[in-house]
Amino acid sequence: MSTTEVSPARAAAAPGTGPAPARRPRTFEQANRRLKWTMLAPALLFVGLMIVFPLVYTVNLSLTDAFGAVNAGKAHVGLQNFADALGDTRRFWPAARRTLVFTVGAVVLETVLGLALAMLMRKPFRGMRWVRTVLIIPLLTTPVAIGILWLLILDPTNGIANHLLAGVGLPRQEFLGSVSQSLPTLMLIDVWQWTPMMTLLLLAGLTTLPEEPEEAARVDGANGWQRFRHVVLPMLGPTLATALVLRAVDALKTFDILYATKGAGGGSDFEVETLNVYAYGLTFDYQEYGLAAAVLVLFTLFIIGVVVLLRRRGGRKTA
Amino acid sequence: MSTSSQLLNRRSFGRLAAGVAGAAGLGALSACTTGGGRPSADTPLRIMAINHVWSQAIRRRTKEFEERIGRRVSMTLLTADQLASSYNVKLNASGTDVDVMMVRALQEQLLFAHNGWLADLSDRVTQDEDFAWQDFQKAPRDASVTAGQVLSVPVVTERPALYYRKDLVQDLGGPPGTLEELMAAAQELTDKKKGFYGFVGRGQRSGAVSQWSSFLYSHGGDFVVRGRSGIGTPEALAAYAYYGGLLARTGPPGATNMSLEQAMPIFAQGKAAFYIDADAIYSSFLDPKVSTVRESVGFAPFPAGPAGARPHNIPSWSLGISKFSLLRDDAWEFVKWAAGTEMTAELQKGGIPGARSSVWSDPKSLASFPPDLAEAMRLNAERGLGYDRPRVLQVGRARDIVGRPLVAGILGNDVRPVARDADAEFADFLVRDNRHKES
Repeated sequence: MSTTEVSPARAAAAPGTGPAPARRPRTFEQANRRLKWTMLAPALLFVGLMIVFPLVYTVNLSLTDAFGAVNAGKAHVGLQNFADALGDTRRFWPAARRTLVFTVGAVVLETVLGLALAMLMRKPFRGMRWVRTVLIIPLLTTPVAIGILWLLILDPTNGIANHLLAGVGLPRQEFLGSVSQSLPTLMLIDVWQWTPMMTLLLLAGLTTLPEEPEEAARVDGANGWQRFRHVVLPMLGPTLATALVLRAVDALKTFDILYATKGAGGGSDFEVETLNVYAYGLTFDYQEYGLAAAVLVLFTLFIIGVVVLLRRRGGRKTA
Repeated sequence: MSTSSQLLNRRSFGRLAAGVAGAAGLGALSACTTGGGRPSADTPLRIMAINHVWSQAIRRRTKEFEERIGRRVSMTLLTADQLASSYNVKLNASGTDVDVMMVRALQEQLLFAHNGWLADLSDRVTQDEDFAWQDFQKAPRDASVTAGQVLSVPVVTERPALYYRKDLVQDLGGPPGTLEELMAAAQELTDKKKGFYGFVGRGQRSGAVSQWSSFLYSHGGDFVVRGRSGIGTPEALAAYAYYGGLLARTGPPGATNMSLEQAMPIFAQGKAAFYIDADAIYSSFLDPKVSTVRESVGFAPFPAGPAGARPHNIPSWSLGISKFSLLRDDAWEFVKWAAGTEMTAELQKGGIPGARSSVWSDPKSLASFPPDLAEAMRLNAERGLGYDRPRVLQVGRARDIVGRPLVAGILGNDVRPVARDADAEFADFLVRDNRHKES
């Protein structure tokens, strides 16, 4: 029931109100309209201050030659920073390629492994609670601690990983010390950390699926793979699409573990420098705030593009 | 629930609006007062410093200083990267919550001066006779001056030392005196199959540049020669090839990912024969908790190259005062106390090398150092150049460019094409950097 319907009735019920009924509905309507905005104001203020303002500020900064200090004098240079970034084949484009390779590689592995683990854990078994607890440990650990932990384990000279490899007669590896092995190694660390999240999300999706379609398929003689491929997977589509989008956006923005293991610039040959690491370096190592802001704007557009693409694909599959 | 109860009349809406505006106004007002008002007696003197033995030693002594000035001291210790990022964030916002800043004069001072973030200390250092500004060693003192203004005061100095295993070099006739001898000895002692390496050193693109500078100078090169890029000269190419070759042939795997934190434990764990790095870290090798070589470690001066032994002798850490500080007088009192002759002598006796000539010339101040290290430090200080990286505004970008051929060398590639490319990039960079300086 709308408040405009209530107000005149309430006004009429009040004794001795005289000419008021003619004015009150308008006053109440106005007040009510304001009330909505008053109640919304804190949330709008928060969104304005925390999301819109930084975005507008970053876009504005990207159009300047800000260098050294953001509060120092700066000139508007139009789209020059965007042209510089997009024309930079030494750092920007390799960083964009690495961002994509890291995200696709890690997320695909996490999805496949996460789905496999979720299918295994779908039916209750002894010790399930323990398994679930162990699974979420990597999720609860801070990324910097994970980075340092793996750095110690994979140290080419003193790390335990090479001792184990040597113990079984396999050649020692450089892991994070190698220009060529660093990115794959970090993708595997990301898989180790985030596969449990995919497992838990997909497990939650699996538990909500009705059992009848699968039972019907079993009665019709479908084997395990056929039931999974043609019954379970299509029904799990919406959950899978949501999990993929969430994880892909997070993987695109990965920074902490890359910085903790390889430092500024993403290694000696920029081997793990993603767009995020590059923008950080431009800001904090080079103090080129205008260019850094342009890279961040391009990076944001890149992320939005990936999300739109994934949602469209996900939507088409689940339709 | 009756919707009528949610309605506001004009008066109560007015009250609500006035309340919100008032609260916002008060908030803004209080923020302004905190930011620009006169600090109270309870406001602590805020010091931001690197997590270093010097800062830890000072922190243990701050009570004495607090009693002297009647103000609490709050000291935050961070890693070098965290410290630089904190300055960027706080000083970009003209924050008044930093009073004394520990800075790397050669890494940040030019940029901070360009940004107007450091207070001019010229009058303070010269007018206070007790402070004896001329007592500071010339190279670190020169590095504290930018555009004729003293912007920092050096507190920790650093030179490269050659750390070596005495037990292994006995048969070779002692530690190498030249870079040629170092290469030969390192190659002879390397046994990669057994996990033993002749030499270990920094190999990260940017992190290695400061240590490589001594190799560059000792080959007769420099980062900038007559205002132009010097990293494409034959001397620089020879230095790139030497350092890259030394680590490629005799170094541990994964050298390109090694900074001090990764290289130092390899020597400390007895897995390398030679290690060249800052002399300030010598105590790590004498600490039984982290070192297995405390009985066998020896210290020698930087070996001579084709142009002689020309190591760096730099102020690794200095103290500056934020231009936005509201407690600049107290901050100066802190600098005077922490960088004074008395404190420098006390800390140097404890093994932390300072920048005061009078302290260095007092044999008592060197008594805590192993004799061979004290001699190596003395010789390196005598021969040293006052910088270990390009003296530009954007040191980070410069180091990234200069370090590229180093990485190529360590990976066993030909350094010449990479050095040519880096030389052209560095030349462009110097033009842009000069333009920034003039802006």
